Formats: sequence, structure tokens, C-alpha cells
Amino acid sequence: MKFILKIFKYELNNIVRSRWIIFYAIFFLAVSYALFSFTGDGSKAILSLMDITIIIIPLISVIFGTIYLYNSREFMEMMLCQPIDRRSLFFGVYLGTGVPLAGAFAFGTILPFIFFGSFNQLGLLLLLIVIGIILTFIFLSISFLISVRNDDKVKGLGFSILVWLFLAIIYDGIVLFVTYFFQDYPLEKPMLVLSLLNPVDLGRIMFLLKFDISALMGYTGAVFQKFFGTDFGIGISSLCLVLWIFIPLFLSLNCFKRKNF
Amino acid sequence: MISIFDLEKKFGKLEILKKINLEIAEGKITAIVGSNGSGKSTIMKSILGLVKPDRGEIVVDGITINDNYSYREKIGYMPQIARYPDNLSIIEVVSMLKDLRNSELEINPEILDAFNLYSELEKPFRTLSGGTKQKVNVLIAFLFNPKILFLDEPTSGLDPVSSSNFKDMIRNEKEKGKTIVLTSHIMSDIQELADDIAFLIDGKIKFNGTIDSFLFDRREESLERAIARLMTEVPA
Repeated sequence: MKFILKIFKYELNNIVRSRWIIFYAIFFLAVSYALFSFTGDGSKAILSLMDITIIIIPLISVIFGTIYLYNSREFMEMMLCQPIDRRSLFFGVYLGTGVPLAGAFAFGTILPFIFFGSFNQLGLLLLLIVIGIILTFIFLSISFLISVRNDDKVKGLGFSILVWLFLAIIYDGIVLFVTYFFQDYPLEKPMLVLSLLNPVDLGRIMFLLKFDISALMGYTGAVFQKFFGTDFGIGISSLCLVLWIFIPLFLSLNCFKRKNF
Repeated sequence: MISIFDLEKKFGKLEILKKINLEIAEGKITAIVGSNGSGKSTIMKSILGLVKPDRGEIVVDGITINDNYSYREKIGYMPQIARYPDNLSIIEVVSMLKDLRNSELEINPEILDAFNLYSELEKPFRTLSGGTKQKVNVLIAFLFNPKILFLDEPTSGLDPVSSSNFKDMIRNEKEKGKTIVLTSHIMSDIQELADDIAFLIDGKIKFNGTIDSFLFDRREESLERAIARLMTEVPA
């Protein structure tokens, strides 16, 4: 644990000075500021922010994680020649990459909120921040799995973009197709399962249901509300999000421990 | 000092190391030599724990390495390619390594003098040239006064003055009783520095002994010619 914290400290120190992270924080700051200014309504601004967050965070996290890990390869070799274990190096780098990414998002989103003083929407904003942070760590885990398993940088980056494209965009198309194709059948439960299998959908649904606009989603919305609104549903969906972080993370750790540098 | 028993390693279907048995003597400079892809870097990386062997055993200073990592306290490694976190400075990377090793040792001023590194210490790595990063590799490899030094193509990327200073440093380390393992494609460097040579062809050790005996057996004065002769003796 002491090695993890030490490596984390220096990784964090390196990444917070990266122009990418600064740009990322400024991006959320600008978008959040613009939305609060233009809508003049905290809840509308937060809803629009959610739409952006759910697409941008997975994309940036998966690409940043993949490129960062490939670029750190020689440095990792040097670190692995020190008397430290691979597990500590892996978690140190993971946290050192994830914390500044999540921090940049949280910082950029919260600051305009405080500036405009929309404190009546604090609960929703916190939910948005939590979902954003979870999505950051999920897609970072996926990017680590991809880059540890593939030595070829171009191939790894291609995979990362494909995974993002699939989970953030294509998956919804497939869900729509399934809904259309099997419209004569009761689909509520399969839809629930399909939503649980995609972290982006899960984040979006958890947010929308808290927003109390599930009525707009008709009968399916009611079923979702019935499931996700209960403690059991919240428990299951939170568990799914946590699994989305830890399954790719531990698969990549396992691979990292056996990797030839 | 370092003993390798029946070491085997495959990458996919490609057999890189075939039952390597090698003894690296304490207090000497041993050069691992071979053509590209002969397995010399794989041997070095296996000892360092960077490559996981399929079979065999490696013992470093009495410790069987397996998944052990504490033996690396005794090791300094200079990699062939240098890359460090872009936004950290030399001082910050050095303090990170000191922090990881719980060491209070300071940077050896002789290295800073030899490589003229004083003015570079506070600059972020992204602004440093390739040659300067190579000098940082030397600095880090020598930082903790290790018993064993691994130098992978140590003089590549260094200007003639730095290269000459570095070779003097290697000799000095040997005088202090350090065990040094190096790989290089520059045969004159090896002939100048090394006591022993391990010559690899196609994943097998074809010669392991002193350079003098290697040259004597082949009736050659130049290492380059002796190696060329050995390679022509061995059917491809």
C-alpha cells in the first residue's frame, strides 16, 4: 500500500501539470458556465451537462488512459527494475491517472455552479458528479485492459475508440433495433437487463430517474422507475457500475503481472 | 553472483531462449553479445524481472528471483531507450526513486560534472534532448550505488566526450568491485571494457568465458573479427 501511495503521488504530480488535463478542466468549466448562463435554470443546465458528460467522459477517459499507458511503457520498465511489485505500480498508475481526470471534471463542473449559486439543485449536481467520476474510472479500467493486452499502440487505440463507439452510440442502436424487432413481446425485463449491461446507459438511466422525468418514457419508464427507484434496484445498478470498474481492472492487473516488457 | 539454469522463453511460436545456462562472475564486466534477435536483451530483462521466463531458474546474489522483487535493491539498470514522465524534472524523478527505496543517498556530483547536467536538473523531461535523457539513465542506474549494474547499449546516443567519461565511470565501478553486465553492438567498446563475454546465437550460448581466451582460440586480435569467425563456423 505504501508503494501505491508513493507512485500515486508522483503520477498525480505529473498528470495535473499535463496540458490535456488543464484543457479538460477548462472545457467542462466553459461548458458548465455557458449552460448555467444561457438556461438561467440550474436543473436544465445540469440535464444538458449530463448529455455532454455521458459522451465526453467515456471518450476522453478511454483515449487518455490508452495513450498514457503506451507512452509510459519505458518509464514502467525503469520502475519495474526498482524493488517494487507490479501490483503496486499498476494501482499507483491507475489512481494517478484516474484521480486527476475525475478531479478536472468535478472542478470544471462545480465551479460555475457555485458561481451561479444554484444550491437548490445540489443533489442533482452531486449525482451528476458521482456518475461522471464512476464513468471516468470505468473507461480508464477498460483502457488499461486494452493497452496491457495489446503491444501495438495503433491497434490499442483503435480498440479503445471502438469500445467507446459501441457502448456510447452503437449499443443504443442495437437496443432500438431489438425493441422494434420484438415489439410484439413484453420487453421491459430484457430492456432492464440490457441497460444494466452498459455502464453509459446505466449512468444515464440512474440520472434521469432521479430527475423525475421517467414519466416521459411511458410504460418502460414506469418499469424502470419501479426497479431503479427501489433500494434493491439502486443496489443492483450500483453493483453493476462497480463491477464495470473492477472486472476490467483486475483482468488487466492479471495480465500486467504476467506481461513481458 | 548471477546464475542462470536452463532458461527458456518463447514469444508466441518463436523460441528466443533455448535452455540457457550462464554464470556471471562477481566483480567483473560481462558482455552479452549476439546478433539482433539472438536473445541478449531477453536474458537481461529476465534477470531484471521484466520478462517472465517459461522455464528455468535465475539466482541473483543468492536469491532465486521468481516473483521476488527485493533483490532489485542491489541492481541498477540503464535501459536502451529513455522515457520519463513529461512534466517531472530530473530532481523529481530522483526524489521519487529515493522515496521508493527509502534512501537518503544524494546524486553523485561526479556524474553531474561528467555529463554537465547541473543546468538540466529542474527542467521538465519533455524539454530535454535524447542525449540528455540517456545521461539521466546513467545517473539513475548509478544512483543507489548498486552491487550489480545492467547497461543496455550504454554508449548509444552519447556524444564522444560523454561516452569516454562514461567508460571511465564503468571502469571505476568495476574497480570498486561491482558486477557489471552490458550489451552493445559496438565491439570496440566491449573489447575495451569487458572481462568476460557470453556469445549468443539463435537463443543458445555458443561461448562463455574471458575475452582473452575467446580471441586466443580464434587467433584474432580484434573482437569483431573473432565474432565474425565464430558466426561463420556455426551453421545458420
